[in-house]
Amino acid sequence: MNWLMAIVQTGLFVILAPLLTGWIKWCKCRLQNRRAPSLLQPYRDLWKLTHKQPVVAEQASWLFIITPYVIFSAMILAASTVPLIAVDLPTSASADVIVLVGFFALARFFQALAGLDIGTAFGGMGSSREMTISSLAEPAMLMAVFTLTMAASTTNLSFAIGFVLDQGIVLRPSFVFALFALILIAIAETGRIPVDNPATHLELTMIHEAMILEYSGRHLALIEWASEVKLMLYGVLIANIFFPWGIAQQFTWSALGDALLSIVAKLMLLALFLALSETLFAKMRLFRVQEYLSFAYLLGLLGLLSHIILEVSR
Amino acid sequence: MSHSESNWQTGLLEQLKNRNIPVETSAVSAMPLWKIAAEHWRGAAELAERQSARWVSGWAEQRTGQYELNTVFARSRGYLLLRTTVPEGKAELPSQATVYPAANRSERHTQDMFGIHFLEHPDNRPWLRHKAWKKHQYPLRKDFPLAGEPEKVTAPDMDYQFVKGRGAGVYEIPVGPVHAGIIEPGHFRFQAVGETVLNLEERLGYVHKGIEKNAEGRTAEQLARLAGRVSGDSTVAHAWAACQAMEQAAGMTITPHAAFIRGILTERERIANHMGDIGAICNDVGFAFAQMQFTRLRELWLRNNKQFFAHRLLMDCIVPGGVSCSLTDEACKTLQQELQALKKELGEILPALDLNSSLEDRLLTAGWLSEETAAAFSAVGYVGRASGQDVDARRDAPCPPYDRLNFKVALENQGDVASRLWVRVQEIFASIKLLAQMLEQLPEGETKTAWQTPAADSEGIGIIEGWRGEIVTFVRFTENNQIARFYPRDPSVVNWPTLEKIVMNNIVPDFPVCNKSVNGSYSGHDL
Repeated sequence: MNWLMAIVQTGLFVILAPLLTGWIKWCKCRLQNRRAPSLLQPYRDLWKLTHKQPVVAEQASWLFIITPYVIFSAMILAASTVPLIAVDLPTSASADVIVLVGFFALARFFQALAGLDIGTAFGGMGSSREMTISSLAEPAMLMAVFTLTMAASTTNLSFAIGFVLDQGIVLRPSFVFALFALILIAIAETGRIPVDNPATHLELTMIHEAMILEYSGRHLALIEWASEVKLMLYGVLIANIFFPWGIAQQFTWSALGDALLSIVAKLMLLALFLALSETLFAKMRLFRVQEYLSFAYLLGLLGLLSHIILEVSR
Repeated sequence: MSHSESNWQTGLLEQLKNRNIPVETSAVSAMPLWKIAAEHWRGAAELAERQSARWVSGWAEQRTGQYELNTVFARSRGYLLLRTTVPEGKAELPSQATVYPAANRSERHTQDMFGIHFLEHPDNRPWLRHKAWKKHQYPLRKDFPLAGEPEKVTAPDMDYQFVKGRGAGVYEIPVGPVHAGIIEPGHFRFQAVGETVLNLEERLGYVHKGIEKNAEGRTAEQLARLAGRVSGDSTVAHAWAACQAMEQAAGMTITPHAAFIRGILTERERIANHMGDIGAICNDVGFAFAQMQFTRLRELWLRNNKQFFAHRLLMDCIVPGGVSCSLTDEACKTLQQELQALKKELGEILPALDLNSSLEDRLLTAGWLSEETAAAFSAVGYVGRASGQDVDARRDAPCPPYDRLNFKVALENQGDVASRLWVRVQEIFASIKLLAQMLEQLPEGETKTAWQTPAADSEGIGIIEGWRGEIVTFVRFTENNQIARFYPRDPSVVNWPTLEKIVMNNIVPDFPVCNKSVNGSYSGHDL
């Protein structure tokens, strides 16, 4: 039963991820006074891409071909470790939050190699930028995560969520810092405005898109889908760690149903905030990203310190 | 032309005499024409540069047994046409590009099209010639067939010598000629270290359509249509400049009514394009909200063009001798209401741009063009006016209706992307004022004066401020109403080189917004 739930939950991640992207697009369109495409548009795009013949550059090696599969698999595995609607699942018990960061790093590693593999100037440029940003984002991410794990005395996400639920509503300064740090990192890591612009066609300004410019057909579909899953993963992380109320602690139908409804509501709200910020802000200059991520790191560090100073001593 | 403004020409004439350079003076319509010998071609340019004259345009023309070369200089309101001839047997003369960097590509254009050799030219690589015609063929010579000798597939041009960057960590980014998005083709070659641009080299000519050759033998009406297609977004201004030149050659004047309609069309074109550009600049830094709003405003504007002038982009509304459309009193009223509505909308949207600090952070100080560089490259239009170049043909070469209207030329000296954006905003408001005056004062009269066949060899120069800047068009007729030579100098010709300077010391991802802030026309440049 537990294993079945784990599989169902991972499946939900993969299936719902395009819907979240569709919802963000819908909100952005409405905020810009435009008519929005259907919420199902991302599914249609994926369907269209899988039915197109992939074109592969002549210079491409096996690395270029396997990368989409590696990235997609890494994201599925990452999704299996994050509690979506229920805690205490075998998959999340066997892997902790550091493994999650590892899965992200694995996907990024292959993505950057594939960007370099075909030898175009844009691919190399994108890989270089991606590695610059991730080298700053990953320490910040770990710092935010350590704040949580120190408070909960575990690196396991299920236990951490359980800890927050047991504590009830307590305002912890460390969690507030960590929350803001994680939001900033999530925006950088998922390539959203103001760090990267997922909607641009200008190759020279791209980060994530520059690495995947040469992909097409089902390869592109897998990468796009993986990005959508990654966006949802960050959304669920923020929603379920900081606001876990509603998540199912027993496997009953009513608890699971409530959990599903509550996570959908939480994600919709988070996505609305994302769409709002993407409408209000222009993309920042590339050389400002380091300041932005340093700030995220600082927030993580402050969270850690305030935990040690204010919370541990008691 | 007032006394002080023509002073520089008197001074120049004296200096030419002091240097023992004989000058034969006459005029093309109202523009003074000075003929000098070919060996003094650079010397005269040096003296003009000392008078701080601006290089405006340069072109050549094949006359019987010789080539005629022309350069237009200007300072303030005084335009001056300098002309020389070289024999067909020995087609060479000193280059002016060492004095005026702005003349560089123009002379390479002449070199590719006529086979005229410019001595001591700093850069004699081909410019417009890729591989579409053979090396020792020159399309604008009279013996070259009008249809050309096109091959089925043009061979790729692989041996153009780009400037190379050397050193540790220097790498090259080729961009284009085919770009993402719906824009024209052009190649950009970056040398960069990390993200910092060391050098940018433009390679244009991919949309060379042979407009100059195609114009030969056309009638006045046919040339007006062709001129309207030099650059689709400037169709009104180019058609007007060509018609103005042809009407000069024919010794005609158009009715005040037609002049006002032409003015209305030109200002409408300016507002439409500026609105599109402002939105596009914001979109290039990821601020899509502005683009959506300005696209909407532009679309509503274009729909009114369609309703009142029968064409969204106002193509073929200007014809030799007048205009092909008119406005009823009722239409004038509707258009005046439209102006009020636009002002109200802009009043709501512009503060959202002005007060957005993240947008400001991207646009301020990005893509800086100094006043000195802008002057050296003779930048015109919003590129020049954002860098302190006080040039506006509506004021400096006034023709009806502008000589009767009040407006202020937008001028800034910050020279960055933000400055080029806000100059556009100010120009929109200036155009709204102009439109209000023209709609208010629109005189009664005929839309079109009957075309008079110009005398053989008659010539004319049209100067019109299009939305990108000053357009200078030269036209010469043969006998029986046919075009012998047509050269439209699009503002992009002088503004494109400034982009290479604008991106210096910027980072690679800031290039698109720098480019959009200049928004040169590929088609207008490549001809």
